[in-house]
Amino acid sequence: MSELVPEPRPKPAVPMKPVSINPNLLGYIGIDTIIEQMRKKTMKTGFDFNIMVVGQSGLGKSTLVNTLFKSQVSRKASSWNREEKIPKTVEIKAIGHVIEEGGVKMKLTVIDTPGFGDQINNENCWEPIEKYINEQYEKFLKEEVNIARKKRIPDTRVHCCLYFISPTGHSLRPLDLEFMKHLSKVVNIIPVIAKADTMTLEEKSEFKQRVRKELEVNGIEFYPQKEFDEDLEDKTENDKIRQESMPFAVVGSDKEYQVNGKRVLGRKTPWGIIEVENLNHCEFALLRDFVIRTHLQDLKEVTHNIHYETYRAKRLNDNGGLPPVSVDTEESHDSNP
Amino acid sequence: MASNAEPEPRSLSLGGHVGFDSLPDQLVSKSVTQGFSFNILCVGETGIGKSTLMNTLFNTTFETEEASHHEECVRLRPQTYDLQESNVQLKLTIVDAVGFGDQINKDERQAAGRAARLVSSLSLHVGRGSNSLPECSALPAAPDNDGAVCSYRPIVDYIDAQFENYLQEELKIRRSLFDYHDTRIHVCLYFITPTGHSLKSLDLVTMKKLDSKVNIIPIIAKADTISKSELHKFKIKIMGELVSNGVQIYQFPTDDEAVAEINAVMNAHLPFAVVGSTEEVKVGNKLVRARQYPWGVVQVENENHCDFVKLREMLIRVNMEDLREQTHSRHYELYRRCKLEEMGFQDSDGDSQPFSLQETYEAKRKEFLSELQRKEEEMRQMFVNKVKETELELKEKERELHEKFEHLKRVHQEEKRKVEEKRRELEEETNAFNRRKAAVEALQSQALHATSQQPLRKDKDKKKASGWSSIYSVTIP
Repeated sequence: MSELVPEPRPKPAVPMKPVSINPNLLGYIGIDTIIEQMRKKTMKTGFDFNIMVVGQSGLGKSTLVNTLFKSQVSRKASSWNREEKIPKTVEIKAIGHVIEEGGVKMKLTVIDTPGFGDQINNENCWEPIEKYINEQYEKFLKEEVNIARKKRIPDTRVHCCLYFISPTGHSLRPLDLEFMKHLSKVVNIIPVIAKADTMTLEEKSEFKQRVRKELEVNGIEFYPQKEFDEDLEDKTENDKIRQESMPFAVVGSDKEYQVNGKRVLGRKTPWGIIEVENLNHCEFALLRDFVIRTHLQDLKEVTHNIHYETYRAKRLNDNGGLPPVSVDTEESHDSNP
Repeated sequence: MASNAEPEPRSLSLGGHVGFDSLPDQLVSKSVTQGFSFNILCVGETGIGKSTLMNTLFNTTFETEEASHHEECVRLRPQTYDLQESNVQLKLTIVDAVGFGDQINKDERQAAGRAARLVSSLSLHVGRGSNSLPECSALPAAPDNDGAVCSYRPIVDYIDAQFENYLQEELKIRRSLFDYHDTRIHVCLYFITPTGHSLKSLDLVTMKKLDSKVNIIPIIAKADTISKSELHKFKIKIMGELVSNGVQIYQFPTDDEAVAEINAVMNAHLPFAVVGSTEEVKVGNKLVRARQYPWGVVQVENENHCDFVKLREMLIRVNMEDLREQTHSRHYELYRRCKLEEMGFQDSDGDSQPFSLQETYEAKRKEFLSELQRKEEEMRQMFVNKVKETELELKEKERELHEKFEHLKRVHQEEKRKVEEKRRELEEETNAFNRRKAAVEALQSQALHATSQQPLRKDKDKKKASGWSSIYSVTIP
């Protein structure tokens, strides 16, 4: 430790340009085993995932989350109270669960926002949500800035926000637009059309088109954002999703019924059973694959590398609004260039 | 009101296949597209076989020129290569400590020691069966501070510089950590000279300095010069010395059941005795990498002959990721903590003031800048004052000179006037004299006329003469 006394250090040698050595490999070295090593390591440490659901009450948010993760993860199930009163202001309730599948442990946190959009006057009802999201960034930043910091900083930042659009069949409501405009800059928003079984196929596609157009006109960038497409492959894949499938029109259900000899999740109506995982009936399977099976890691990375960094840069740039910190001045050291 | 009610997360069982078990794959595929970087530092005497071992490990020929033995001080030479295997891209950086152990000390014992070392390395090249020159290890046992410091200091500085670069990037306001080319050293292969006796003091000192900064894996180089029994004793001796000196070498991790067993076994085989070779020799009916001697062939990949395979397993195939993680979470964090504490930051205690780091940094920066400004002002003031002073002085001098000049002028005028006066006087006198002369001459001529008549002239002359004198006596004041 005594080596770290400040003294002039010689300039390090500048590394030469990397020499590319490709097909000369005479035998197997074993570099690709690093993939396995990495996989094992991450499986051991486990993953964190925080998903937020926003929408008016009664749109089926909790049911959808339960269906997504095939277990009772939403707050309603946890608190055993289906007839809760609608709160007067927007509340933020986060509930964490640990689920495991195939040796992979995931700490899933579902953040519910009861009271959103339910009042007569819904002015600024997105503010508590924005505040909550920023608070999580702040927590992470504080941990990161510590001198002696934890090996693995607990990640409570919201990775994904599912925004539930009411299936009016007409267009987006002003509240929807306002919310998404404000929040698309701080978190990944995935717009979802709830209770899609109330629309016929034509109504559905028309509605989707209109919603897409409105989002574009208002400059709302939902996930996957165009600007973060890394390469051509990503771009084409994401373009397809952006222009055709999103916003996903979903139906949620946690009840099982017998259809054609199989037990499926569905909703039973007098005129038939709506199968949740049937692509002809609704796009739940698409949503699930998109969020969980292909883009889960990407959601986390965009949150960490882009939204969090934006917050951090902003926070470090303007010190306004911080309480003055009394620093006992020791002998002044050289400042960090 | 935000209420983060987070009770203990409960474990839930899933009702069906959700699909997030593909998460490690997603993560891994992201990493694969980004690529990996791995940085190895090779420390060992010149000519001990570092470059050859690297070539053997990675199955390629890295273009490196042989290092000379005449380096003044240890120089670190990093070289980066892009390797690819199946779909994995690795940015491998090999840092060579050139000139390690070559420095002569002013101490004359060292000079002899160096000569002995040179001879021993030459003889090792030749490849004598038994270890030679036992005196070689005895001589440098004397503590050689100058030589040692010159040897390990550049290495420590290089490692610190890489940490520093990473820290700087991390502290930036606009940073791009995921794009950053990580140059921190992940593993240090320390090459021990196969004397067969014990570690040199240089080795101990260097390893002690490095063990808190980097993962050290000690290896015995040119192991084909030691026989099996001697090797066994040598290994025990080395490990004993490391433990008794408190050197912490890298232990292969034994917490993951999959690799715990093999890692534990390998831990017992440290330090690995390796032989490197890029030449191929036909053994049986296969071409293998080996060294051919008149008495036999030392096969690199034969576990009975040397521990090369073990080293490769441990270094690359089993623990590469762990080495990278240890570097980041242990060595780098330690460096960061020390560096920040040294800069005067401290963690906020309890009542979280956010950004104590940023705040103190800003405050210190402001302090420093204002200090700078103050000094600048001071200097400017001083300069202005000095200028004024000099101006005054000059003015004074000018005035004095002027006065002098005036004075001199006046004096000169005075003198001139006096001289003028005197001149006038003299002129008058001359005129008077001339007049009188003329008068006298006239009288004289008259007298001459008169003397031609009578000798009474003498009386007249006398009279005149007396008359002259009386005239003269009158006129002369």
